[in-house]
Amino acid sequence: MDRNMTLKKLEEGLFKILMVVSALIIMGVLIYIVGTIIYKGLPSLNWDMLSKLPGGGFYLGKEGGVANAIVGSLYIVAGSLLISILLSLPVVMYINFYLRKNSLFANITRFSFDILFGVPSIVYGAFGFALMVYLGIRASLLGGIITVAMLIMPIMMRSLDEVTRLLSRDLPDALLSLGATRYEMTRVIIRQLMPGIVTSVLLAIGRGIGDAATVLFTAGYTDNIPHALNQPVATLPLAIFFQLGSPVEEVQNRAYASAIILTVIILILSFSARYFSSRYSKHKI
Amino acid sequence: MKEIFLESMQEKSISGHIQDNPVEPSGSGHSMRVENLNVFINDNHILKDINLDIPEKSITCIIGPSGCGKSTFLKSINRMHDETPEVKINGSILVDGRDIYGPRVNVIDTRKKMGLLAQRPCPLPMSIFDNVAYGPRIHGLKKRKALNQTVIQYLQYVGLWAEVRGRVRTPATRLSIGQQQRLCLARGLAIEPAYILGDEATSALDPISTRKIEELFIKLKEKYTLILVTHTLRQAKRIADYIVFMYLGKVIEAAPTDEFFNNPKKQLTREYLSGSFS
Repeated sequence: MDRNMTLKKLEEGLFKILMVVSALIIMGVLIYIVGTIIYKGLPSLNWDMLSKLPGGGFYLGKEGGVANAIVGSLYIVAGSLLISILLSLPVVMYINFYLRKNSLFANITRFSFDILFGVPSIVYGAFGFALMVYLGIRASLLGGIITVAMLIMPIMMRSLDEVTRLLSRDLPDALLSLGATRYEMTRVIIRQLMPGIVTSVLLAIGRGIGDAATVLFTAGYTDNIPHALNQPVATLPLAIFFQLGSPVEEVQNRAYASAIILTVIILILSFSARYFSSRYSKHKI
Repeated sequence: MKEIFLESMQEKSISGHIQDNPVEPSGSGHSMRVENLNVFINDNHILKDINLDIPEKSITCIIGPSGCGKSTFLKSINRMHDETPEVKINGSILVDGRDIYGPRVNVIDTRKKMGLLAQRPCPLPMSIFDNVAYGPRIHGLKKRKALNQTVIQYLQYVGLWAEVRGRVRTPATRLSIGQQQRLCLARGLAIEPAYILGDEATSALDPISTRKIEELFIKLKEKYTLILVTHTLRQAKRIADYIVFMYLGKVIEAAPTDEFFNNPKKQLTREYLSGSFS
């Protein structure tokens, strides 16, 4: 009996240590990455970085900022999110509430999400580029938006589908028994799912705003802020990539400052989305 | 035990009189008639030749052991099985002489006639006001004044108005479970149904809330026909005018409450009432 208890205690202790060590490793990696970015980037971070366009010789250490890339990234994320939400939400609602539970079409659609989810972003970039060549579109904001939308749509659909499948049948049944049509039912369900939808959008933003490979061939790069969809656009991941490639140390440090800006943008979008979601979903069951 | 049931079923030839003729609890007019209703889920025969008349403006309680088909029967009445393609239905349910499974019947109109009260209260993710206003809104009532009147009327009817009048714009989820169930009842009544269907509507409630809901049911039968599924024999005895006893997908016995409890005609009913099985 005593020996059994000792073994149980040993087992308990061992697994506790394993869990703590795993958590520490994850936190350590995160702290190391964020710490490096802040340590190297903070001295170069100033108002000019945020507000100015890169002047001539910016990549050789002269004055300027990455306002073009900040605005460009926000344009691309906003556009691709709009397309993704408009396409993902109806698809997920359709396969969950219009098709029967084990419908072949729904299963094939889910399988497609899974495959598309795992496709590397460079493949989307190459596909987007090929599509643009076929359609005769130049590297532009529109090209970037469409390609990033293709990248984030499977992420959004997969997470939305998971959230929707967790919904209890009670709510749809309550709505249908009141004589609601499926469309009316879906509208109420979307309100109920709002926190999950926000989480899906955040996942998509995180992936879309930080990806360089998709926009490398499709969005182009410019030192200006685009004023039309057919103009090329700069993005923060590419700005970081180009600055890190510079032989000038000062410019390399500006890459880390740009990374801080990218991280802060994600944080701001994340907190705002959570705030509006909690306000909007105060009636959630 | 199982053998005894089967034996008693064979002895009393359940599929004889009851299944061939609609069960007609005496003493009231008829507004709903179920004829030869059979429900299959995949290849399982769940409801078998149900023939039944539901008396109007009264409470009919459907009782029986778990898995006997009570809830399946209730879902057949408001066509909620339409949402499950695996379910196949034969037979007819005549509401005011018209088969709700007829070829040109609008499902939404049918559901609108049946207010459903589920086992667990399920308020919609919106305010108390909007919960009650939801049904009238989707069925075309848009004028604010009329909506206000409707909401107040039905909240008063279920005895919730006095408790929530200062906070009708707050989320319905902030109400207690008992209050939520009364809200769901008000929401169901607001679409002006002719029938109230209750699927073990008090099973998740505390005794005080249960009593309030039961009192409401008794009040409601002045205007509505109530069909309630319950697991609690005492509840059925307290509130029902008619009892339908189901077992293994068949109606075994249907009778006015006093007659059912004091003088059951079937051996299986007697065994169920004596607690031989549940």
